[in-house]
Amino acid sequence: METLKIKKVAPTKKQPKMRISGAEAIIHCLLAEGVDLLYGYPGGAIMPVYDELYRFQDKLTHILARHEQGATHAAQGYARVTGKVGVAMATSGPGATNLVTGLADAQIDSTPIVCITGQVARHLLGSDAFQETDIIGISTPVTKWNIQVTQASEIPEALAKAFYIARSGRPGPVLVDITKNAQFDKFDFSYEKCTYVRSYNPYPTPNNKAIEAAAELINSAKKPFIVWGQGIILGKAEKQLKALVEKAGIPAAWTIMGVSALDTNHPLNVGMVGMHGNYGPNILTNECDLLIAIGMRFDDRVTGNLDTYAKQAKIIHFEIDPAEINKNVHADVAVLGNSKDTLELLLPHIKENHHEAWQTIFKEKYKIEFDTVIKDDIHPTKPGLTMGEVIEEINIASGNKAVIVSDVGQHQMIACRYAKFNQTKSNITSGGLGTMGFALPAAIGAKMGAMEREVVAIIGDGGYQMTIQELGIIMQHQVPVKIVVLNNDHLGMVRQWQELFFEKRYASTVMVNPDFVKIAEGYSIEAKRVSERKDLKKTIEEMMASDKPYFLEVKVEQEDNVFPMIPSGASVSDIRLK
Amino acid sequence: MKKALFTISVYSENNIGLLNRISGIFLKRHINIESLNVSKSEIDGVSKFTIVSFTTEEWTRKIVQQIEKQIEVIKAFYHTDEETIFQESALFKISSNLLFDERQIQNIIKENHSTIVTVAREFFVISKTGRRSEVDHMYDQLKPYGIMQFVRSGRISVTKDVMGITALLNGTKEAE
Repeated sequence: METLKIKKVAPTKKQPKMRISGAEAIIHCLLAEGVDLLYGYPGGAIMPVYDELYRFQDKLTHILARHEQGATHAAQGYARVTGKVGVAMATSGPGATNLVTGLADAQIDSTPIVCITGQVARHLLGSDAFQETDIIGISTPVTKWNIQVTQASEIPEALAKAFYIARSGRPGPVLVDITKNAQFDKFDFSYEKCTYVRSYNPYPTPNNKAIEAAAELINSAKKPFIVWGQGIILGKAEKQLKALVEKAGIPAAWTIMGVSALDTNHPLNVGMVGMHGNYGPNILTNECDLLIAIGMRFDDRVTGNLDTYAKQAKIIHFEIDPAEINKNVHADVAVLGNSKDTLELLLPHIKENHHEAWQTIFKEKYKIEFDTVIKDDIHPTKPGLTMGEVIEEINIASGNKAVIVSDVGQHQMIACRYAKFNQTKSNITSGGLGTMGFALPAAIGAKMGAMEREVVAIIGDGGYQMTIQELGIIMQHQVPVKIVVLNNDHLGMVRQWQELFFEKRYASTVMVNPDFVKIAEGYSIEAKRVSERKDLKKTIEEMMASDKPYFLEVKVEQEDNVFPMIPSGASVSDIRLK
Repeated sequence: MKKALFTISVYSENNIGLLNRISGIFLKRHINIESLNVSKSEIDGVSKFTIVSFTTEEWTRKIVQQIEKQIEVIKAFYHTDEETIFQESALFKISSNLLFDERQIQNIIKENHSTIVTVAREFFVISKTGRRSEVDHMYDQLKPYGIMQFVRSGRISVTKDVMGITALLNGTKEAE
């Protein structure tokens, strides 16, 4: 068994000219971009690059995923925890098509990744050659940019552009497809980082008039309300958000992509908006007089029915992507630009304020939610274990410091609702695409990107089995992630919808599961199962104390539901507490 | 909101795959493209797409925002028919016999300000340039006599107001 060592290499600025193959050039490009770690899976059309990876293994760590989808999610986890570009590599044909889910996930959640795929040789393009697929055509709708390279000499410029586009502006996935002849051919290599593409304006210049108009609305509002999203984290504007919230005394809520940008225990952090968000922020969305949206995109899971969403309020939208303005919700004032820049420009115009009476209403609503939902979720009195109490124990054992990587479903909503964070880039989840199978590989990537941090994957029994093979990475490299499977032997969220909206017709949501502990042990991972409350605390403490990979299965109540809930298509005002 | 014809003009880099990216934006929203024309523009190395779609102004605005978001798109605009000068071209292939047997054919050619492009033993070809309605009108007139082949181009248009793409390109360059 290998021990994981990720080499930190200082990025090289500019390479002197040398005559090398396209495959070797790819390695030099990656090194020049500061890449020290990538995930991938070899195959025919990418073999020349793997041959060079073998030569350069002292500089560049390649992690063999067990499926290309796992490689993309690991690259995403790495990118989300570090803020750097994650890299995944695959061969042509099925290797490339297996990247599509990760690309789509990264596209909708604005995650910077670069995927490199091998392609059949140029003279075979369009001939239905072995493992030929039109990955450019396939990946176009799910990439920020993609390009096919058919000549070795085009490689440096294509990769330089790929990294620049992936990380700049609103980040996103980029795919570079490189034909096999371009990998073999030799050319005079030199590398220059890309800093400019003439048709691309990643950072719109903030407009002072818009800033002043926004400040005026904020200063005169009686019941202002902030909803922030991942744009705060991507724009590195955590400090500015905190300063705004505190100076203007505005209650602030988050989307699940934004959660860790402000300490969960901050008195003005009023919780989560959206379908399974907190009662107060949802219901008060329709009572505020000013809604300040920062780095969020008014997803339908956040807004519910748009016809009844914050109609009484003026809306300010701080956003980096002009295409998001007036897409779902009309903005009275749109402030374009990077969140850090725009908030910094805004702050001097903001008057100190408290809005105490308004803040108190949030506290009252929280009390209602605590009594009807939260108390029973995290301090249950019934015999069966709840997902909420597991998350609460992890909070306690980690001191709110862990990176929580969640999959998709009930456990995800519970994890986002109850996990506590005191540092940014700590909640990694598949928000927009809702990709089951995301968490295990993403947790591996997150851990490798932040070896100093505790990384806990929270996964349901359904999603876990979609990428369970990535336990192989954990075994091979001894990646010390903590895996918690909250097993209710059901596809819990679908089952909940069937119970509430399909008259309890449980079509294909009952899971007959394998022995997860044995499977983990098969991968030489220490594994425990907890079915009773008395064992929960000490097992979680044991898990968190371990410096090795650890698997914990918690058998939770089979038919628990996640509340509050805004039924699909309903108004945020119609949030149900039970 | 009322549906209408909107002309979307896209100035872009001349790159493989961009057409796919742009058509995908329509596909994703289940909006049909009525006509599409791609050509070089007034600026060296810059392509111009002229896309006509029949939808609401709100959807057109959102589509233009999404088009403009694409990395290789320099700028995209949308205009109503009133704001543009536009036309289409059409070719009609007609049996040569008709030219001699049916006097009315010559009148149709004259009245529609169309031109005969070529005359062969078996057929002749008429070219008509103008608005969609004018081309349709001529089509309706010729139809009873039998049209061997018919083809119409996509709309091409120029706007009445200034586009300022060159300034935009220079501007972003300077900004850098």
